[in-house]
Amino acid sequence: MQEVKAHALLTNEVGLHARPSVKLTQLAKRFAATVEVAIRADGPWTDAKSPVKIMRVKAAKGETLFMRANGSDAQAAVTALVDLVNRKFEEE
Amino acid sequence: MDQRNNVGIVIVSHSAKVAEGAADMVRQMVGDRVPLAAVGGNADGGLGTDVGAIMGAIDRAWSEAGVAILVDLGGAETNSEMAVEMMPEARRERIVICNAPLVEGAVMAAAEASGGSPLDVVRATAEELMGG
Repeated sequence: MQEVKAHALLTNEVGLHARPSVKLTQLAKRFAATVEVAIRADGPWTDAKSPVKIMRVKAAKGETLFMRANGSDAQAAVTALVDLVNRKFEEE
Repeated sequence: MDQRNNVGIVIVSHSAKVAEGAADMVRQMVGDRVPLAAVGGNADGGLGTDVGAIMGAIDRAWSEAGVAILVDLGGAETNSEMAVEMMPEARRERIVICNAPLVEGAVMAAAEASGGSPLDVVRATAEELMGG
């Protein structure tokens, strides 16, 4: 199975705060693929389906969120996550 | 998605205001995809918890996937345990009381539940807050 990777710049004002974290995990959970995020290209990687772990990432505005996914719908999962970040988590 | 497929969340506080406020945070941060009920205060409107009121909250938040209860201090837990004991036997094994902080636990449990996770995973996510 091919690993799919992507990254997106956090441009929303609060970054990966509480509510954006919940939205990210809710979205990631819709996919069967394993989905992970990191604030550096080489990790450490955090399970994007875990609300507790994602909230601890504490990525701020201006940081880049790296994503990787493995599984049959990995491409769709990464595309959806990038889209969510680019839409500023629908917060602004 | 039918929210009744997702695990329900019950918030039990000694204070009605705390319970309502915690529920407001869950609604704003997680949305309405999980059944949610909040209860606080004793029968006289003072600080405390009430077994009957907790049973009512469990009923309102009931889901076939089960219900996770978040509590604040001592009596909230013992009265919640009593409320669970008084529920129909078929439901009892699908109700858990989480060992987690009330507000953060409720938001995290609801976030987990909103993705369709089973009861044991919802509980584990809330209780993960207590660990490293």
